[in-house]
Amino acid sequence: MMKAVNKLGLVFFPAFDWAISPTHPEREERLLYTLDQVQEEGIADIEGIKFYNPSVAEKEDIERVHFCVPDVSSLVTESHMVSAGGAITAARAVMEGEVDKAFAVVRPPGHHAHRVVYGDRGFCIINIEAVMLEYVRQRYGKRRVAIVDTDCHHGDGTQDIFWNDRDTLFISLHQDGRTLYPGTGFPEEFGGPGAFGYTINIPLPPQTGEEGFLYVVENLVLPIIKDYNPDLIVNSAGQDNHYTDPITNMNFTAQGYARLTQRLNPDIAVLEGGYSIEGALPYVNLGIILALAGLDYSHVKEPDYDPEKIKQPTWISEYLKRLCEEIYRRWMKKEDAAKKMFEGKDSVVRKKRIYYDTIGVLEKQIETIRVCSACSGLITIKSECDLGYSILAVTIPRDACPRCIDEGYRAYRTADSGDYSGVYLQDRVNDEYCAKM
Amino acid sequence: MIIGLDVGGTHIDAVLLRGGHILENVKIPYNPADTLEAICTAIEKLIDKKDLSRIERVNLSTTISTNAVLEGRTSPVGMIIESGPGLEPSSLACGEENVFLDGYIDHRGREVAPFREGLVHEASRNFKKRGLSAVGIVTKFSVRNPSHEVRVKELLGSDFYPVTMGHALSGKLNFPRRVFTTYLNSAVYERFNTFTSAIKRAFEDMGIKAPINVLKADGGTMSLEQATSLPVHTILSGPAASVMGCILSPASGDAVLLDVGGTTTDISFLAGGVPLLEPQGIKIGEYPTLVRAIFSNSIALGGDSAVKVEDGRVVIGPRREGPPAALGGPMPTPSDAMIVKGMLHFGSREKAYLAMKELGLVLGMDPESVAEIILEKMGDMIKNAVDGILLELNSRPVYTVRELLYGKRIQPREVRIIGGPAKVLAPVIERKLNIPCAVPDNYQVANAIGAALSRTTAEITLIADTARGYITVPELGIRQKIDSGFTLKQARSMAVKLVEERAAILGASPEDIEAEIIEESCFNMVRGFYTVGKNIRVKAQVKPGITGCGGEGREMDDEGRK
Repeated sequence: MMKAVNKLGLVFFPAFDWAISPTHPEREERLLYTLDQVQEEGIADIEGIKFYNPSVAEKEDIERVHFCVPDVSSLVTESHMVSAGGAITAARAVMEGEVDKAFAVVRPPGHHAHRVVYGDRGFCIINIEAVMLEYVRQRYGKRRVAIVDTDCHHGDGTQDIFWNDRDTLFISLHQDGRTLYPGTGFPEEFGGPGAFGYTINIPLPPQTGEEGFLYVVENLVLPIIKDYNPDLIVNSAGQDNHYTDPITNMNFTAQGYARLTQRLNPDIAVLEGGYSIEGALPYVNLGIILALAGLDYSHVKEPDYDPEKIKQPTWISEYLKRLCEEIYRRWMKKEDAAKKMFEGKDSVVRKKRIYYDTIGVLEKQIETIRVCSACSGLITIKSECDLGYSILAVTIPRDACPRCIDEGYRAYRTADSGDYSGVYLQDRVNDEYCAKM
Repeated sequence: MIIGLDVGGTHIDAVLLRGGHILENVKIPYNPADTLEAICTAIEKLIDKKDLSRIERVNLSTTISTNAVLEGRTSPVGMIIESGPGLEPSSLACGEENVFLDGYIDHRGREVAPFREGLVHEASRNFKKRGLSAVGIVTKFSVRNPSHEVRVKELLGSDFYPVTMGHALSGKLNFPRRVFTTYLNSAVYERFNTFTSAIKRAFEDMGIKAPINVLKADGGTMSLEQATSLPVHTILSGPAASVMGCILSPASGDAVLLDVGGTTTDISFLAGGVPLLEPQGIKIGEYPTLVRAIFSNSIALGGDSAVKVEDGRVVIGPRREGPPAALGGPMPTPSDAMIVKGMLHFGSREKAYLAMKELGLVLGMDPESVAEIILEKMGDMIKNAVDGILLELNSRPVYTVRELLYGKRIQPREVRIIGGPAKVLAPVIERKLNIPCAVPDNYQVANAIGAALSRTTAEITLIADTARGYITVPELGIRQKIDSGFTLKQARSMAVKLVEERAAILGASPEDIEAEIIEESCFNMVRGFYTVGKNIRVKAQVKPGITGCGGEGREMDDEGRK
């Protein structure tokens, strides 16, 4: 019998009875062939690999991260609670020491869900990694965590949630935003005043292949992670960089994903996108599972795999070399740059327009982050959207100083609910959530 | 009249039934080295001076395949394996010779690459050179398209026997298990068939012409003729017989079934009145298989388990160090405790009492209290085991939101207990598990009765892919074209019809065939933004159960005559 080198927990939940719509990429069929492959390979019989059913996330788990407008129950379906619960189950198995690593192969995905949520965008409503991570911190204490988002789309939601949190290093590798949804994720997006430099975006040109991805991981991602020295590494394991993916333009392979996983060596991986449900997913997921378990994945290959056809153009290699050098340089100088940018300021304001592609709604947001010398700073968000909502949302960060806590509660209390459709407060110090309509 | 025979580890239990009543029962100890002789002795005792022409059937559970595997007395097998891309396949080598093919069929049954036929010819030459007769052929995803397995068999011609093809044994996905199951089927073939021919001859010599069925691990039977090509399905059918014995009086809900033996207690479950099966298949020795089997979990606790005191506490098992002290054994046992409590009556009560007294000296208690503590402890051990297993069973993977949130969990409302100490333990178990605990009538021979009354079972898997226009039923070797309008409803009725036919071929009498759909799903296959077809999956079974009558109908007078 085969035995895993690393004990691996798998939360494999294909949600066979849930779809965004019958012909949507995010539909019942999406993980069907992956499950076939995993079952046919006999993964469940490998000693050291354990399957878990997802738990169901609680409302409190969602409110710790998101402002759902008008509230959690009106936006979030059972499927989303199960998907977030699946990520939590994976994390819990690792934190409790039942396994060395865990992979939540769940759907729907979550990395496009921002802190404020009016509905579905990029197939996401709930940011399942963020919900998982804050659950872990709430339950197991403060932790420095690196999230590496390897989905082909920029992890804009995760970036938004951890924008000003220096305990969370967020690194996103994705197809260049000028060529793909959601159109963000440039190196200039570098984090808020409390965590400047802790958001790292690495936009890759279309047709980047195995070579390019592994180069970036080896020469940029791993060195930054090494500098940061996190307690936990989480991989947002989107699988849509695959050469057969119908909605992206990259040339990545199952072998590449497996090797990337092996080098990144994450503690927890969470499935994000990936819509080549037959040509890629069964093989990519299998490759990742084997790599996480420390098993031989050299025999995992797509049916139509032909390295010649998907060879990365040479200019991309040159481009990536320069890009990595530039981003690493910025990373090293982040403290100086932060001083220059924020010294003497009381607050930093970001104006954002967030488009909800699935429901066709535009949100306008003004986010104000206090520049605070004692903590990462209070965050207040004024947001309105086409649906007629206009809200005030206040986040007191986990590390808030007494002044920011007081300030947060004052802002919440003094806000006139007549001016807004809803006023919300996330008190991350005391793990409390309040709302007045 | 029906004969039921259960061949256990140390005893053969045989019963002769008519109209559900026991006419005779025999229990004889035997030496596993000569099972056949022991079976004949048991049958002769059983049918002494009876009218043999009135025997309708003989059902027997055998340990022949099981023992062959566990004792390594199997035939050498040449394996031909096509693993395709995926896991590194070298760990699947289980035959005397293992040949790996280079073809590839994918999850939807599409041939991605053919295999080189020269490899099969080469394999054939090698097998012959090494004197191998038994062969196993397994290809990845053969349950979605068996054509490569079939082609390899054609290429081998008639030079080998038996040739087992993986897809014929089970429709479930799991390539490594398919490899091992196929291997085992070919490996036990010769021993099993030597045994069955001998049985047949012996029965003919005794004048019994009735059909002979063998028990499968799933609690059902198949005819001896069918069993010759599928001997692997008879492995580990022992626990199946006891489970069937426990459901002689019908149950409708969830239940715990306990069979307390000398060294172990087997724990099984009923879900909605039907025996719970292993999700994938049973494991035999080192080999996980796809053999459909009743779920049974053994704990090292029985009437003869050795009882010790460690750190001031009573410890039972895990080993048996010999018979109970009452029978001259070296250590006190739970049976001794039961004898002291006056609940069992065999051997020397005095010796049992002394054994309890000895333990009592260490514990500072009188012998009766020690006996009481041992029984309590047994109850606790069984309760803990049952709770642990239930926790695991109820967290088996599910794949839909509905099942996860509202799915059925097994919640036993009763316990049924058989085996030697059943009567004594029942009240203790009832108290510990806090649900009623019943001891079936004839609980000492319940397993043999269970074997006698088990009906034929069958399972088939039907996969329809309307985009490709194929339907596949691996267990029956069916792969045929369908039109694009094929529906789930059609699939359902086709599956039911096929499983009924299957059961009939395996030996079921028409009135016993109760087919049902156990799993079904229907996925839209969308490519681009268009639905290109449906992926339909249906599993149908004839579930394990007890045949309606125990021979010659139920209407009869007090003396068992019609």
